[in-house]
Amino acid sequence: MKSEKPTIGLSRDEMAQRVAMDIPDGSYVNLGIGIPERISRFVPDGCEFIYHTENGLLGMGPSPEEGEGEPELINAGKRQVTALPGASYFQHPDSFAMIRGGHLDLCVLGALQVACNGDLANWSTGGPGAIPAVGGAMDLVAGVKSVFVITQHCTKTGDPKLVDACTYPLTGPGVVNRIYTDLAVIEITADGFQLVELSPGVSFEYVAERTGAPLIPIPVSSAN
Amino acid sequence: MINKEVASLAEAVADIFDGATVMIGGFGEAGSPIELIHALIDQGATGLTVVNNNTGSGEVGLAALIKAGRVAKMICSYPRSMNSTVFPELYRSGEIELELVPQGTLAERIRAGGAGIPAFYTATCVGTMLEEGKERRTINGQDYVLEYGLKADFSLIKSFKADPYGNLVFNKTARNFAPPMAMAGAVTVVQTASIVAAGELDPEVVVTPGIFVNRVVEVPNPAHESVLVAEGVTYP
Repeated sequence: MKSEKPTIGLSRDEMAQRVAMDIPDGSYVNLGIGIPERISRFVPDGCEFIYHTENGLLGMGPSPEEGEGEPELINAGKRQVTALPGASYFQHPDSFAMIRGGHLDLCVLGALQVACNGDLANWSTGGPGAIPAVGGAMDLVAGVKSVFVITQHCTKTGDPKLVDACTYPLTGPGVVNRIYTDLAVIEITADGFQLVELSPGVSFEYVAERTGAPLIPIPVSSAN
Repeated sequence: MINKEVASLAEAVADIFDGATVMIGGFGEAGSPIELIHALIDQGATGLTVVNNNTGSGEVGLAALIKAGRVAKMICSYPRSMNSTVFPELYRSGEIELELVPQGTLAERIRAGGAGIPAFYTATCVGTMLEEGKERRTINGQDYVLEYGLKADFSLIKSFKADPYGNLVFNKTARNFAPPMAMAGAVTVVQTASIVAAGELDPEVVVTPGIFVNRVVEVPNPAHESVLVAEGVTYP
């Protein structure tokens, strides 16, 4: 297993920007806590995304200016946010009706592990002493139309996060559609991990070596 | 004349009994009825089962109730947060029970409990460890698990405005779990920043109709949990 920190590939902001390029204009989107939150800074020109936060706000805007925040206007990460013109507030059952009723177009989540069949583990390491905390993750993956994962390709110790089978407790089985990492964009297909795009300066072999299940190359006909 | 206003926080929570199930509104600090929780600490009821999305922060509000040893069991979706140390310590030492519920399932279980729906099927948690012990059923080719409605002996919630009939409006993302908890509580107690005269709340914008509310107590300038925690305040 490669343990050195890769010096190539995308930064976290570049990963977030890459995801934003693939979000259809007009989408209703839920962004998970952490790296996914960065995506809201990179809305492509001419596009409008409406951000949902599961604690009861559609039309979430950026963090408030220093000193202008309100303790009762927060996001799911419990950080203060703003409400954009056209926003709405609602109660929890309505918020999760949006999620579980299939009304949201996309959610982008972080991951501990993603398996080649689309299984996602992102809520618990299951370790002794760990406080299990699931929040809305299981609702999101069960109900939202499309699920993207944004994650470093490997753990801090160099182990693959894209694996043959998850060893951590699942958030949901077979729920992930696409994975955006520092090294590549990968689609989950019936055949497993299908490479869609390599990050600049990254080779197929480099990614395949760091992926815990077979990586299917881009078909020659569609490569450019 | 109907008037649900009560004169004091102490009176509002006076009959909460040992072993009661108490729903407490709020998502993080937004909507947390801190003053009602502190009144409950003063009142002394213990062995409580508490339903809340989280487990509080610092040593005020819900975290203080847990710290005081009054909570036997938490039903929640996310029992760790910034500045949350009270619950994790008790949980690791086996002194408090936890029923972990996905957030949407928690919201819907509370709504169902308040709406007279004993149980429902949902796709959330199918194929995960939280499915263990739950009945699974395939409907139109998709798998679902059976989840039961939740009711409470008391619900403690916070609103922005109320009228004497118990009609409520909320403030921004402080609304969260309060409307379904108002429905699911046998006795629903509201702390509100202001009580206005009947007719002053536009019926078109009332969020929780007064039928779901039993008591309203005015707390004009409610404390904010993050401010108390930053100041190092502990309760009592």
